Amino acid sequence: MAKKQIHLAAHFPGVNNTTVWSDPASGSHIEFASFRHFAQTAERAKFDFLFLAEGLRLREQGGRIYDLDVMGRPDNVAILQALAAVTDHIGLAGTVNSTFNEPLDVARKLATLDHLSGGRAAWNVVTSWDEFTGENFRRGGYLPKDKRYLRAQEMLATAQALWDSWPADEVVADAASGRFLRHGSDTERSGAGPSTDAGRFAIRSDQFDISGRFPVPRSPQGRPVIIQAGDSEEGREFAASSADAIFTRHAELEAGQEFYADVKARLAKFGRRPEDLKILPAATFVLGDTESEAAENARQVQYQQVGPATAIAFAEQVWNRDLSDVDPDGPVPSFDPKTADDVDSGSHISKGRASVRMYKDPVAVANEWRELGEREGLSLREVVIRKNGRHTFVGTPQRVADTIDEFVQSDASDGFVLIPHITPGGMDVFADQVVPLLQEKGSFRTEYEGTTLREHLGLQPSPTTVAAVSVEA
Amino acid sequence: MSLHLAVALDGTGWHPASWREPGARADELFTAGFWVDQVREAEAGLLDLVTFEDSFALDSDRADRAQGRLDAQLVALRVGPVTSRIGLVPTVVTTHTEPFHVSTEIATLDYVTTGRAGVRVRVSSREDEYALFGRREYGNETREGLFDEAADHIEVQRRLWDSWEDDAEIRDAATGRFVDREKLHYIDFSGDHFSVRGPSITPRPPQGQPLVSALAHVDVAYRLAARGADLVFVTPGGVGRDGPTGDAEAILRRVREEEAEVGRTGDPLHVLGDLLVVLDDSADAARERLARLDETDGRELRSDARTLTGTVADVADVLESWHGAGLAGARLRPAVTAHDLPRITRELAPELARRGLFRTAYDADTLRGHFGLARPADRYARA
Ligand SMILES: Cc1cc2nc3c(=O)[nH]c(=O)nc-3n(C[C@H](O)[C@H](O)[C@H](O)COP(=O)(O)O)c2cc1C
Repeated sequence: MAKKQIHLAAHFPGVNNTTVWSDPASGSHIEFASFRHFAQTAERAKFDFLFLAEGLRLREQGGRIYDLDVMGRPDNVAILQALAAVTDHIGLAGTVNSTFNEPLDVARKLATLDHLSGGRAAWNVVTSWDEFTGENFRRGGYLPKDKRYLRAQEMLATAQALWDSWPADEVVADAASGRFLRHGSDTERSGAGPSTDAGRFAIRSDQFDISGRFPVPRSPQGRPVIIQAGDSEEGREFAASSADAIFTRHAELEAGQEFYADVKARLAKFGRRPEDLKILPAATFVLGDTESEAAENARQVQYQQVGPATAIAFAEQVWNRDLSDVDPDGPVPSFDPKTADDVDSGSHISKGRASVRMYKDPVAVANEWRELGEREGLSLREVVIRKNGRHTFVGTPQRVADTIDEFVQSDASDGFVLIPHITPGGMDVFADQVVPLLQEKGSFRTEYEGTTLREHLGLQPSPTTVAAVSVEA
Repeated sequence: MSLHLAVALDGTGWHPASWREPGARADELFTAGFWVDQVREAEAGLLDLVTFEDSFALDSDRADRAQGRLDAQLVALRVGPVTSRIGLVPTVVTTHTEPFHVSTEIATLDYVTTGRAGVRVRVSSREDEYALFGRREYGNETREGLFDEAADHIEVQRRLWDSWEDDAEIRDAATGRFVDREKLHYIDFSGDHFSVRGPSITPRPPQGQPLVSALAHVDVAYRLAARGADLVFVTPGGVGRDGPTGDAEAILRRVREEEAEVGRTGDPLHVLGDLLVVLDDSADAARERLARLDETDGRELRSDARTLTGTVADVADVLESWHGAGLAGARLRPAVTAHDLPRITRELAPELARRGLFRTAYDADTLRGHFGLARPADRYARA
């Protein structure tokens, strides 16, 4: 039997402390040349796709803009469209929020990206709904938290209906006969020649009441690839029902296997097969020529990622109060965090950061940190590094390749979304040293075989389509 | 002073039968190569810029007309990396879009092209476009309200472009600070249709302020341009919704009056005249071609801009006379892109150059630079 194949995505270094900006090798986070270098490296290494995260408001802490991390990013779909001009094969995946966009606009953009990249578009549907982000948009913070997935679900279903609204191969553009479209009704609605209903739709649901004609003919993939990144019960159900890939945080072997089994088991009830949804955890890596060199490199990167100021900032996110008078090289604070009744209520010290929602019980987290510090004689900064600075893969290229392959072969994942810590050259070493070893194992492609991202990911073609779409929910 | 020359790209051309003409490549309308080749042709002709038409709704239901439209901003972004000097100006519908998203998209286009981005704003005046979004009642809108919203939309785009000062990124390893947050600014815009807090998520683009433009036939649109645009396209000898638009002199007078009325400061608007062109070696041949196109479509061509059927010299004469009347240049709408665009780039541009009215080489590499506009100071920067 053929070996299970690994799928790899290259995550452009994020707007957070994983990205090290103080390193001399660290370049621009915004110039196009950086994106081009990164995308071309990933394509040289035959990655499945390039991935861009999104944040629609600059983060704040303590009522001020958070200034310790790399900041500033272009519009995702826009930069992916430009990258389509300087790459030929690699998939182009952008995170686009479902709360602060309208389905017609998003569907049109992704269909355009799919056309103008020859079938390489993917949409990571995220549901950030908070009022803080809403302050940059027409409707403000209009959406209650418990409706975030309802809206996402309807948004995606609507986008898919729009993508399906043109029959395949509808554009014939036959100059001689004067037929631009294959189908045309005989009713002469416009007074001259046959009329068309291509793209016609009507959708009425909780969130949307829209109708008309979708302006973009069916794109090469039909439906762009759908990625989901959210961990709640609702998030998992959403992914199982509608996504082609999940971007997760579960990158440890046992937790990964558990998550993998959980999500794949949900597919059957939606009439889907296990291979219809790829599970791709986020992963970081640090390489070295020997194991000890790799470990030392990793330690240095951790200290770059969590400087003294960042250590304090992370502690403030747990303690939910100003800790500027605390010494990062001293012990973990002995007092308890201030608990917000609800970290989503907008009263938390940190705004625009998804990870604060992970501290469900800050007092327990503080206790844990304190105990770790006391037990091992670690400073606050060292504790933060232990708790937040772990790298997924550390070792020689051979060790890292072995581990990745083991993960995938033992169903802890279908591959990884790799996040380097240096822009734009952080993926070069992985491309040069690890990918060839994965290829030697027979677990990773040596050439692109298909042309579309669906083909790279081994997904089924999109369903073909109906001539006029009407959805009522 | 020489003329500014732009071309308005719209599918296979501005005549609805253009898709059936030789070389139209209508079957490639939704491919990158189709657009890249058109813009490269325009760039070979040393033009200042190309605009990309856009609308969320389709123009007609006729199965014998070209159908379908891509997002104009993304078309410009796809073309950006493979061109080097020409300005790229996609159309954006202000009525149905988020100014925050548009601002970052246009800033991204400016990064991708290192300073060749512009935007043309348009208000939505079609009921079917409203139904595609389902957020607003078409019947409740007034023309003044829509144009006021467009002015607000431009204002928000512009404030967001300035919301990061140029030297906001400091990478100060000693203190661990990546940015100087004193140089990031909330824009706190509040208007009838939206409030936007800011700052942008995208740092200030290479041009500082990408070029903003609008097409205008009526006073309310001249006023919008006077309030927020750098460039306005007008239609001398054309017809707007309210009837004939007047000649170049009359329009220019109206534009300058609006500038005075709204208290515009800084550079005056660059005013370009729109002209739909059907070009041939003789005026007769051009007229015959238009007649043939009309017959193919089964209907006479309708246009808000004046339609000129004639030779390259005829067009050059019109542009020269407009220039005499004070217009800064023209935006040409090729009736059949495959036929008329090469005539513009290979014959008209050299003809204008012979008359001393057009460049013989690019002397700037940003869109603002083509119009002699300096990179503006940031509105939030302390002097
Ligand atoms: C690995 C991962 C990456 C994410 N990336 C983004 C992102 O780039 N932008 C964003 O707005 N939200 C992002 N999210 C947030 C989720 O998409 C989701 O909106 C949020 O977690 C709330 O959903 P949940 O309650 O199901 O987790 C990410 C989540 C995960 C797990």
